[in-house]
Amino acid sequence: MRVSLTTNERQVAIGLSFALALMGLIMAAAARHGPMSVHGIMAMALGLGLVFRLGGVLYEDPPASPDRDGHYDDGPTRAGITMALIWGLIGMGVGVWVAALLYWPEATPPWAATSFGRLRPVHTTGVIFGFGGNALIATSFYVLQRTSRTRLADALSPWVVLIGFNLFCAWAVTGYLMGETQSKEYAEAEWYADLWLVLVWIVYFVLYIRTLARRAEPHIYVANWYYMAFILVVAMLHIVNNLALPVSLLGAKSFTIWSGVQDAMIQWWYGHNAVAFFLTSGFLGMLYYFLPVRSGRPIWSYRLSILSFWGITFFYIWVGSHHLHYTALPYWVQTLGMTFSVMLLVPSWASAGNALATLNGAWHKVRDDATLRFMFVAAVFYGLSTFEGSFLAIRPVNSLSHYTDWTIGHVHSGTLGWVAMIIFGAIYSLVPLLYGRETMAWPRAVEWHFWLAVSGTLIYVVSMWNAGITQGLMWRTYNPDGALAYSFLDSVRAMAPFYLLRTIGGALFLTGVVICTLNCRATMRSAGQRQDARDRPLAPQPAE
Amino acid sequence: MAQTHEDHREVDPVTGHDTTGHDWGGIKELNTPFPKIALVFLLLAFAYSVVAWILLPAWPTGRSHTRGLLGLDQGQEALAGYRELEAGRKAWMSRFDKPDFAALSADHALLAEAMPAAARLFQDNCAACHGSNAQGGPGFPALNSGHWLWGGDPATVAETITVGINSADPNTRVSQMPSFDWMAIADRQTVAEYVASLPSGKADQSSAGAKLFADNCASCHGEGGKGGLQTGAPTLTDQSFIYGQDVETELTTLAKGRQGQMPTWAARLSPEEINLLALYVSRLPETAAGADGRSAAAVP
Repeated sequence: MRVSLTTNERQVAIGLSFALALMGLIMAAAARHGPMSVHGIMAMALGLGLVFRLGGVLYEDPPASPDRDGHYDDGPTRAGITMALIWGLIGMGVGVWVAALLYWPEATPPWAATSFGRLRPVHTTGVIFGFGGNALIATSFYVLQRTSRTRLADALSPWVVLIGFNLFCAWAVTGYLMGETQSKEYAEAEWYADLWLVLVWIVYFVLYIRTLARRAEPHIYVANWYYMAFILVVAMLHIVNNLALPVSLLGAKSFTIWSGVQDAMIQWWYGHNAVAFFLTSGFLGMLYYFLPVRSGRPIWSYRLSILSFWGITFFYIWVGSHHLHYTALPYWVQTLGMTFSVMLLVPSWASAGNALATLNGAWHKVRDDATLRFMFVAAVFYGLSTFEGSFLAIRPVNSLSHYTDWTIGHVHSGTLGWVAMIIFGAIYSLVPLLYGRETMAWPRAVEWHFWLAVSGTLIYVVSMWNAGITQGLMWRTYNPDGALAYSFLDSVRAMAPFYLLRTIGGALFLTGVVICTLNCRATMRSAGQRQDARDRPLAPQPAE
Repeated sequence: MAQTHEDHREVDPVTGHDTTGHDWGGIKELNTPFPKIALVFLLLAFAYSVVAWILLPAWPTGRSHTRGLLGLDQGQEALAGYRELEAGRKAWMSRFDKPDFAALSADHALLAEAMPAAARLFQDNCAACHGSNAQGGPGFPALNSGHWLWGGDPATVAETITVGINSADPNTRVSQMPSFDWMAIADRQTVAEYVASLPSGKADQSSAGAKLFADNCASCHGEGGKGGLQTGAPTLTDQSFIYGQDVETELTTLAKGRQGQMPTWAARLSPEEINLLALYVSRLPETAAGADGRSAAAVP
């Protein structure tokens, strides 16, 4: 961060860091105890740390070189990838641990902070926002600059986005450990963390728009449409679902302004579109950039890209109600959610098909290059999990699958098979480029990671399919005399082998991520010249 | 405009399609015609949706919504499904509407059908506290040991299930062990040691503990701790206990008292289900014998 800033920018950054520290102090002093004061102290420590780090080099390090504007700004991307890997280890490590607890609940340690209920959201927030979010932010900066042939609009705001977003993630997961939650799935963080994320997200959106406005290319590339949809719609979802009234401005607890079935509907409108615009749109942007670059093939059909983008963006917004089939939600809302879910399959498969058809003429590379194979598998799992999603949204199917582990299997076929695989493809493409090397430090380890990831995902998903269908059938089986054939406890006992398999699958996947992280670390440590010779020269910037 | 595109166009050798002329740092796009199959599937999915919208409740119309030609109502559907199952169970379940347990116990054909269903009922409603094998646990009495607090005959068990213990029901059974925190700690220790020795049958009846017990505890727990079924005070001379009959647990019991609760099930279970469960539970000591609830029930 330091080397890319001018002296003036360093001064502004110190001012911002000081403001952050002050905000933390005020939070800690106002709350006095409880999670909010701990979070205030965290913010203060981060702010002071940044003040010292920047202040120490303010006049000592040479300011950014005058030809800075002739290069892309990749510092935030490097930092974002590192954070994604760290959060990946935390989130997936906790995931494997809670999976093991389901098989072996007696192992739960006797402290509230390590109970299943508090650790589970650490897993979901850690992987979705920590791992996925940092990967999205990091790649979006990279892709935005390359496809616009311009440098990021300013040097400070990417750091504000990255550091601010990670502070949000850290607040969220430490809050859960202290028992702080809004009890809304994927939106557990409390009101002040949510407000903070709104600020960060506005900076992100403005940065993206400003950079795009300065582009030197006549057209906006598809990947940027998707990244834009991701940023814009996530802002809308986050704000509406998290509208809440704090019990006091001096404490963490708040209550949502929504109530009853409207609350449930808003929550799953948010929840499903978090899947759509966080876990799909942004990652399609990633796919649309790294797949053609790595395979050296043109996108198969520009027209299909357009259909997919608008189809996904339009249909997804409607489908949240399929999470509430057979509930107090009125039937007509369920019907709309179901039918739009079915129509959604067409643009989803159009995207997956477009990606796979792009590989025509590069299949030998898929065979030889594990990095490209990660992206190929990601596209396949994207197709599989979107089909499964539309299928599960059909009401009678949902009556079997709902509340079972089939849902967990479906989510992980999307997140492990599609989201994580495309992230690994992007990371293995980017890390050598960003650190001036031809390849990763250990090219063979990429191959190992690939097979660990694929086998881990398959074991996980297949065991959860079996678990879910077994549960669904056991719950609805009646004897001819009208009595239930199984007690609920029978269905819990029947899960043991599947939960063991799930833990093994998750552990294999986690092992792959550990290898990936070590590989990236080794690559970063043996960095060469950080300017990528393959980058096209930047277009001259307009005078400001 | 079109002219500049034409200038950059090139033919992709693999697919034979033109590119669009766009180029982003080496990324190009083919001008592949829109695949017909995608349009066909989109129309099919739309047709499915239109059919669903016509048949089912679908679109909002101000304060109401379209009802759909099938006239479906999910509340009615759920109720109909429940009634159908009720009808299936009625054949044998209706036999349990009167607590004539002697006659019910004698009907082996009925028991063979009803006891497995009762086992599931037990697992779904009772096992969370009383254990999946009715073995009990700290704070929750075992139901398979033959040591009953309120009585183990089916009629009494049915009453306990119906009104609960220290529950919200107006007719609830009431049982409280008061706190003995006023008693000197040394005395509590003495009496606790005496009570802990009761199950062995070798308690010293002339000890100071025995004297303290007779003065303070026997009014509920009976002379020599033999129990007072009428007040729900447990027998202290047998091998069963609720909270623990070691000195340490007893000191806690003496210091803080005990007010265990069993909820009333009258609102959740039907009278037939309560009678069915009562018969099942009263038979647990003879059928369980170390087996789990499921196999226990298989023995008629």
